[in-house]
Amino acid sequence: MDALLLPLIVFCPLLAAGILFVSAGRMPARASCMIGAGSVGLSALLAGRLAASFLAAPLPAGTLHMALWSWMRVEGFSTRIAFALDPLSLVMMLVVTGVGFLILLYACGYMHDDPDIARFFGCMTLFVAAMLVLVFSSDLLSLYIGWEGVGICSYLLIGFWHTDTANVVAARKAFIVTRIGDAAMLCGLLLLATQASTLDIAALLHIVATGPAQLLPATAAFLLLGGAAAKSAQVPLQTWLPDAMAGPTPVSALIHAATMVTAGVYLIARLHPLFMAVPVAMKAVALVGLITLLLAAGSALVQTDIKRILAYSTMSQIGYMFLALGSGAWQAAIFHLVTHAFFKALLFMAAGAVILRVHHRQDIYQMGGLAPAMPVVFSAFLAGAAALAGLPLLTAGFYSKEMILQGAWHANPLLWAGALLGAFATAIYIFRCVFIVFLGTRHTEPTGRTGATMAIPLACLAILALAGGWMEMPDTIAPVHLLSHLLSPLFGTATAEGPSWLLWAGSLVPLAGVGVAWLLWRPRTQARTAPEDAIARLARTGWGFDTLYDTLLVRPFITLGRLNQSDLCDRLSDATAATTRAGSRMLSRMQSGQVRRYAGWIAAGTVVALCLGIRP
Amino acid sequence: MSTPSPTEALLLASILFATGLLGVLARRNLLLMLMSIEIMLNAAALAFIAAGARWHAAQGQVMFLMILSLAAAEAAVGLAIILRLHAAGRPTLDADTGNRLKG
Repeated sequence: MDALLLPLIVFCPLLAAGILFVSAGRMPARASCMIGAGSVGLSALLAGRLAASFLAAPLPAGTLHMALWSWMRVEGFSTRIAFALDPLSLVMMLVVTGVGFLILLYACGYMHDDPDIARFFGCMTLFVAAMLVLVFSSDLLSLYIGWEGVGICSYLLIGFWHTDTANVVAARKAFIVTRIGDAAMLCGLLLLATQASTLDIAALLHIVATGPAQLLPATAAFLLLGGAAAKSAQVPLQTWLPDAMAGPTPVSALIHAATMVTAGVYLIARLHPLFMAVPVAMKAVALVGLITLLLAAGSALVQTDIKRILAYSTMSQIGYMFLALGSGAWQAAIFHLVTHAFFKALLFMAAGAVILRVHHRQDIYQMGGLAPAMPVVFSAFLAGAAALAGLPLLTAGFYSKEMILQGAWHANPLLWAGALLGAFATAIYIFRCVFIVFLGTRHTEPTGRTGATMAIPLACLAILALAGGWMEMPDTIAPVHLLSHLLSPLFGTATAEGPSWLLWAGSLVPLAGVGVAWLLWRPRTQARTAPEDAIARLARTGWGFDTLYDTLLVRPFITLGRLNQSDLCDRLSDATAATTRAGSRMLSRMQSGQVRRYAGWIAAGTVVALCLGIRP
Repeated sequence: MSTPSPTEALLLASILFATGLLGVLARRNLLLMLMSIEIMLNAAALAFIAAGARWHAAQGQVMFLMILSLAAAEAAVGLAIILRLHAAGRPTLDADTGNRLKG
C-alpha cells in the first residue's frame, strides 16, 4: 500500500502537467490554478500520509522499494526504473511537495492575470514531477531523467516571458551552463556504469565500500561534482543563476531557491560513500563551497536589484551546504537545505509581493519606506531575513548554520573562519536590503493589496522559517536531534559538538552584521545610491566571471562557427537542396493547369505503357 | 449485306477513339470535350462488342451495357459541373481559362 503511494505522488503533478499542456490555455485561469496547485497539494497530502506511516513503523531495511519496470538489459549491464524511499528522500519529498504547494498557491495570486497561466502551471507541475523522480530514484540513470527534467523546466520557466529577448538569452545561458555540468555528470555515470556494470545506487555504493580500487572513484567523483556544481550554481559554473531571475518570481522561489538548485547537494549526499572514498574530492567540495559562499556574499553586498540580491544569497547559502558536505557534516547540509528552502522561498515570495505593489520595479533604491504600507509583507520578509542571517535562538537559519559551522570546525578551522566571515556578510547584505526597501523615505507609492492566496503561503513559510529549526538543536541549548536521528541510518551519528565558544561566536557574528548594516543604512543617514568604486562594480557583475567566459569561450566559439559556416558538409547539403529545387522547377512546368494538357499527358502515358506491355 | 469482320470493327473503333482523343486535346469548348469523351467511350464499347462477337462470349455485350451507363453518369456529372461553373459566375465554356491548379 505504502509502496504504491510513491509513484502516485509523482503521478499527480505529472497528470496535471499533461492536462494543462493539452488544454493549451483554453481553460479559465482559475481552473488552471486549481489543477496546478491542487495536484501538488494532493501530492503533499499523500507525502504526509506516507511520511507518517514511514515514521510510525520504520521498515526493518530502512528503505521502501518500488520497482516500476525494467528499462534495459544488455550484456553486463541492466537498469530498472525504480523508486525508493529512505530518510533522505523522505526529507526531500516533504520539502518539494510542501514548499512546492505553498509556492504554487502563491503563484495563483501572483500570476492570476497572465494570459499564459496554463503554460506556467504546466511547466511548474512538470517540474515538481521531475524533481520527485530525481529524489525518489534508486537508480542513477532514472535519477538522471529527473535531473534533465528539472533542467528543461528551469529553461522553459526562465524564458517564460519569451517576447523579451533578454529573458530568452538568460534561459539559454542557464541551459547551456548547466548542460556543461550535465555532460560531465553523464561521463561520470557512464564511467561508473562501465566499471561497476550497474547504476543502482545501493549496489554501487556497496561496490565502492567493499570493492577494489579499480573503480576509478576519484574521476567519477570529480565528474559528478562538476554536474552538481553546475546545477547548484557553484564556482566555476555559477554564472547562470543571477540571470535566471528573469523568470517570474514564483519560479525563482521554487526552482532557483528552494528545490532544483539544491539537487547538487542531494546528489552528493546521496552518493556520500563515493565521495568519502576520495578525500581529495571532499576537499574540493568544501573548497568550492567556501569560495562560492564568500564570492556570492560579496556580490550580494552591492547589488541593486532585489531579486539579484536573493539570487547571490542563494548561491552563497548553497555554498554553505557544499562546505558542510565537504566537511563530512551530511546532516548539517541536509538540515540547511531544508531551512534554506523555507526562508529563501519566503524571501523570494515576499520580494515578489513587494515588486507587484511597486509597479514591477526591482531596484531597491527606488523602493524605501514600504514597511507602514505593507506590514504583513514586511514582517514576512523580516522573518526570512532574520532566518537567512541566522539571528540566534529565534530562527531556523541559526540552528542549521550553527551545525555547519560546527562541522567545518571539525574538518578545518580555516573553513570555519571563512564560513563565519560569510555569515557576517550575509547578515549585512540582507539587512541592507531590509533597511533600504522597508525603512527610510518612500520613493514609490505602493498600490493595490496583497491577496489572501499570496498572504497565506507567506504566513505559513514565515512560521516555518522561524520554528522549522527547532527539530535540531545544539546540546548546549537543548538536546533535540530529530533530523539527525532520522538520517542516522544513512549518515551515521553526527560528530560531537565543539567547545561552547563556537556557539557564542556563531550567535554573535550575525548580530554584529545586523549592527553594521544598521550603522550604514539606518533610515536617517542611509545612502540612497549604490557604491560606484572599482571593486563594487566588479562585485556587482559577479567578479567578472561573465566577461572572462565571454572572452575565453563564447567569442572564440562564435568566430569558429562563423569560419566553419560553409565547409564541405554544408556545401554537400546545400547542393542536394539546389538539385532538388531545380528538378522541381522543371517538373512543375508540366502542371500548366489546363485540362487538355493533362489529358494529353494521360494519353501519352497510356501509349508508352501499352508499347512497353506489347513489346515481345 | 455481309457482317463486318472483327478486324474491320476494331479498325472503326480505333478511328473513333482517335477522333475522340483528338477532340479532347484540340477543342477548348467544354461541351465539345464532353462529346469527344462520349465518342471515345463508344469506341471502347464497339471494341468490346466486336471481341464478344469474335469469341461468341456474352461478356462483350455486358461490358457494352456497363459502358453505356458509365457514359450516362459521366455526362450527368460533367454537365452538372459546367452548370455549377456557370452559376458560380464564369459565363464561359473555355476549358483553358480554368487553370488555377497551375504548378
